[in-house]
Amino acid sequence: MEAGLKTMTIKDKLIAEFESAKNTLFGDLSIRETALEAFSTQGIPNRKSEEYKYVNMELVLKGEFSLSAKNKLTTQQIEKTKFLKDAIVVVIENGILNKEYSQIASTLPKGLLIKNISDALSDDCFQKYYSKSAGVNSDPFIALNTALAEGGVFIHVAKGAVIEQPIHILHIASVSSSAILNSRNLIVIEENAQTTVVESYLTVDSKFKSFSNALTEIVAEENSVVDHYKIQEEEEQGYLLSTTQILQKKQSVFSTHTFTLSGSLVRNNLNIVLDGEFIESHLNGLYLTNGNQVIDNHTLVDHRKPNCNSNELYKGIIEDKSSATFNGKIYVRKDAQKTNAFQSNKNILLSDDGTINTKPQLEIYADDVKCSHGTSTGKLDADKIFYLRARGLSEASAKKLLMHAFASEVVDTVKVEELRNYIETKISKRFE
Amino acid sequence: MLSIKNLHASIDGKEILRGINLEVKAGEVHAIMGPNGSGKSTLSSVLAGREEYEVTEGEIIFNGKNLLELAPEDRAREGVFLAFQYPVEIPGVSNVNFLKTALNEIRAYKGLEPMEAKDFLARLKEKQKLVELDGKLANRSVNEGFSGGEKKRNEIFQMAMLEPKLAILDETDSGLDIDALRIVAGGVNKLKSKDNATIVITHYQRLLDYIVPDVVHILYNGKIVKSGPKELALELEAKGYDFIKEEVGA
Repeated sequence: MEAGLKTMTIKDKLIAEFESAKNTLFGDLSIRETALEAFSTQGIPNRKSEEYKYVNMELVLKGEFSLSAKNKLTTQQIEKTKFLKDAIVVVIENGILNKEYSQIASTLPKGLLIKNISDALSDDCFQKYYSKSAGVNSDPFIALNTALAEGGVFIHVAKGAVIEQPIHILHIASVSSSAILNSRNLIVIEENAQTTVVESYLTVDSKFKSFSNALTEIVAEENSVVDHYKIQEEEEQGYLLSTTQILQKKQSVFSTHTFTLSGSLVRNNLNIVLDGEFIESHLNGLYLTNGNQVIDNHTLVDHRKPNCNSNELYKGIIEDKSSATFNGKIYVRKDAQKTNAFQSNKNILLSDDGTINTKPQLEIYADDVKCSHGTSTGKLDADKIFYLRARGLSEASAKKLLMHAFASEVVDTVKVEELRNYIETKISKRFE
Repeated sequence: MLSIKNLHASIDGKEILRGINLEVKAGEVHAIMGPNGSGKSTLSSVLAGREEYEVTEGEIIFNGKNLLELAPEDRAREGVFLAFQYPVEIPGVSNVNFLKTALNEIRAYKGLEPMEAKDFLARLKEKQKLVELDGKLANRSVNEGFSGGEKKRNEIFQMAMLEPKLAILDETDSGLDIDALRIVAGGVNKLKSKDNATIVITHYQRLLDYIVPDVVHILYNGKIVKSGPKELALELEAKGYDFIKEEVGA
């Protein structure tokens, strides 16, 4: 039996994990079984897979992984990770909501509901939206998360509610041996409502490899305004695959910002479906890579209805032997006339050994649209460096200033001042 | 203050400067005039330390120091300032932040503490007035979206902030209308003292109506072929550069 386990493939091991855990997991078992089947059909993507060409997921999942090798975080450890003073805090510890440290009680502003996802099963909107837009056949990690999800948070913003304080979700990984974590979250913002959600991804005191396969589904109903952030600061042992699946309805405005500041391997799958007219979507991203880091941003903007605007800006600074990938797909469906869709990806490559893969993909089936994309990769501008040095700045501080300037185009899109300052400080430290 | 001896410099293997000799003393204003391609911009680039240019012969001594051995930033910290012919735009870097960094790095080089915030602000206000630079421009990103005139004014503003010993104005008059020219020249004149010197590099005599030089040099084919009092500029304007070509037998 032991010998048998050792020769099992990663896929088989994950399926075995599911079999032993399935009766303890929340929700409808049939959804999970369908998902597992979808996972089993798709398998772990290897480097021949078009969608995962530049990130070796087989390597990430190599070795032993368990579902339950978790540390218990102390109050101090959690307190240290809270960087927004004025926020409603939700702590997802190793893929499961920590009720003790999360603000889920009656102290919440009117119209805001936060609960453990496993306590939301009977909510109407859970049933309406859970596992609906994140299709299990579209990606093996969506399937895996849907099959294995142990917990997460459910957030509901009622019709017309305006939540002033940002909701800060801390996804913290801390494991006592190699583990796979599948946090599963659903956020629904009802008609005319408005909210800001900040998701932080980090590892704390983790000496072993953790693979977070985190999935958040967000629904922005008619006329809602949502400001969404992902701040990724995993440590060396932290591997992260973060899927954000967004469904936007008529006249909604959704802005999302992804800041990848560290982590051995980070893969972001950001999918936005514009399912209504007069929708506005903003996608901003900044990634700073060094060492042997691998950062891969995949975005999909799916224009399904007419008269919508989407605007995407991703920027990266690549150092050492690290590698960064940007793959931006834009679909403009046949019905989506009068679409405006723009995309831009700019990179600065600071070393000879770094790699950038950038791939814009536009598929346009409507004939009256405005779409454009642009991509650039280069070194820091020698003329600018010289100009600054000619005023007395050292070469190092000239470069630092220019990198800040490059990043600021994305950082300036952050509307929460406290968060913007936090990111700026992190970037400054990084460029020291 | 500045002593250039037999300076030869080339770019991509092509010799541009072919033996320049120049002495500039504190308190003086020197004008260097010359036709296109004579080496005017090469000279300013070599003085500021642009790495694309290779100095093949000669020396530049600035206040006792071998300038050619210093990195561009150390030249600036020693007091050399180049007002660029084409100032670059640097989106995302605020003018004020940039100047504060520059000023403090220059001070650190001299072993001085960083400038107090209120002293910095006071200097900022005073010097803005000097070149009639709108406060809004000072707070914007370096040269981003500035008109040609605004860029040149910003160069003089930076010069005023950094208080160099030797200012080199590289074709600062190019692309300036007469009002901007007056403001820029006025700024330069107000900054003049017995302790600093200015080199004005220009194609046209016009700027020299406003910044009056002590000596005029004519640069031709990589060499200073003639030097004289300020009247030389007028003669050049009247006769055109051809007279120089004839005179040197080119």
